[in-house]
Amino acid sequence: MKTLQELDAIRQKTLNELNLRKNNEDNVRVVVGLATCGIAAGARPVMTAFVEEINKRSLNNVTVSQTGCIGLCRLEPIVEVFTPGAEKVTYCKVKPEQVARIVSEHIVNGNPVVEYSIGSYE
Amino acid sequence: MKEISLHILDLVQNSIRAEATRIGVYISEDTLKDTLSVTIEDNGCGMTPEVAHTVQNPFVTSRTTRRVGLGVPLFAAGCEHCDGSFNLNSEQGKGTTLTGSYRHSHIDRPPLGDIADTMLILIGGNPAIRFCYRHSVNAQEYELDTGQVQQLLGEVPLDSPEVIAFLQDFLKNNESELYGGIEQ
Repeated sequence: MKTLQELDAIRQKTLNELNLRKNNEDNVRVVVGLATCGIAAGARPVMTAFVEEINKRSLNNVTVSQTGCIGLCRLEPIVEVFTPGAEKVTYCKVKPEQVARIVSEHIVNGNPVVEYSIGSYE
Repeated sequence: MKEISLHILDLVQNSIRAEATRIGVYISEDTLKDTLSVTIEDNGCGMTPEVAHTVQNPFVTSRTTRRVGLGVPLFAAGCEHCDGSFNLNSEQGKGTTLTGSYRHSHIDRPPLGDIADTMLILIGGNPAIRFCYRHSVNAQEYELDTGQVQQLLGEVPLDSPEVIAFLQDFLKNNESELYGGIEQ
């Protein structure tokens, strides 16, 4: 049985890095639609893939959050990426396999993956 | 929905929108009584008896029920098709409790699925909400209370990557132990 005891060690370790993460100004926001339509279309593995990929690369300035239905249920799972100073990019019918490329090309290098975006789908 | 855990992820969104600060998710599997039941309990804004009555009807589209939509009817229908039942209690200003049960051995009962992932997404995405999760399989059970986790963490946020990685390990390990160490 795993217990919560290990949390104390994590607390000690993380406390030092805390201040590094508080630079909110240039935060990139990744928003995944998690309403009935999104979940049924497979948004949960997509969300998990984003969290894992971002943690793997230790991208401290990226937050992954959830939202409800934005009214385009047939295009779910939908992911929106908000980068300060740039236009919002909406990706549709996102699959977990596509997440690594979105993170590396768009979030890290600033080049949206046009072929996955809603513009090239419609 | 292919998994019961996806229903749970969906139904908890209703509690989050009801501005709950504490959400309980309880799963109980009893192979002797042949039942699997899911309870979601929140301290959100609740609903009036009229609204609570209509949330199970997917075709009611008035302004008050718009935010409920298909989530509850899909879950309720799934339970009822598997010789189970669905029950919803809501009191305005106090919160909502809903319970759905399935016959465990029913051939159409969806698998519970990746409940660890569901809980991680809920906890990581809503660090300000206290989640109390309990899962029992016959005599075995374990629980996770994020209020307790936060207390141990002090000022370290619940959604920092290290903590989420730990919780992932914690949930996956304890879930598989419930089933005798078998990955579900």
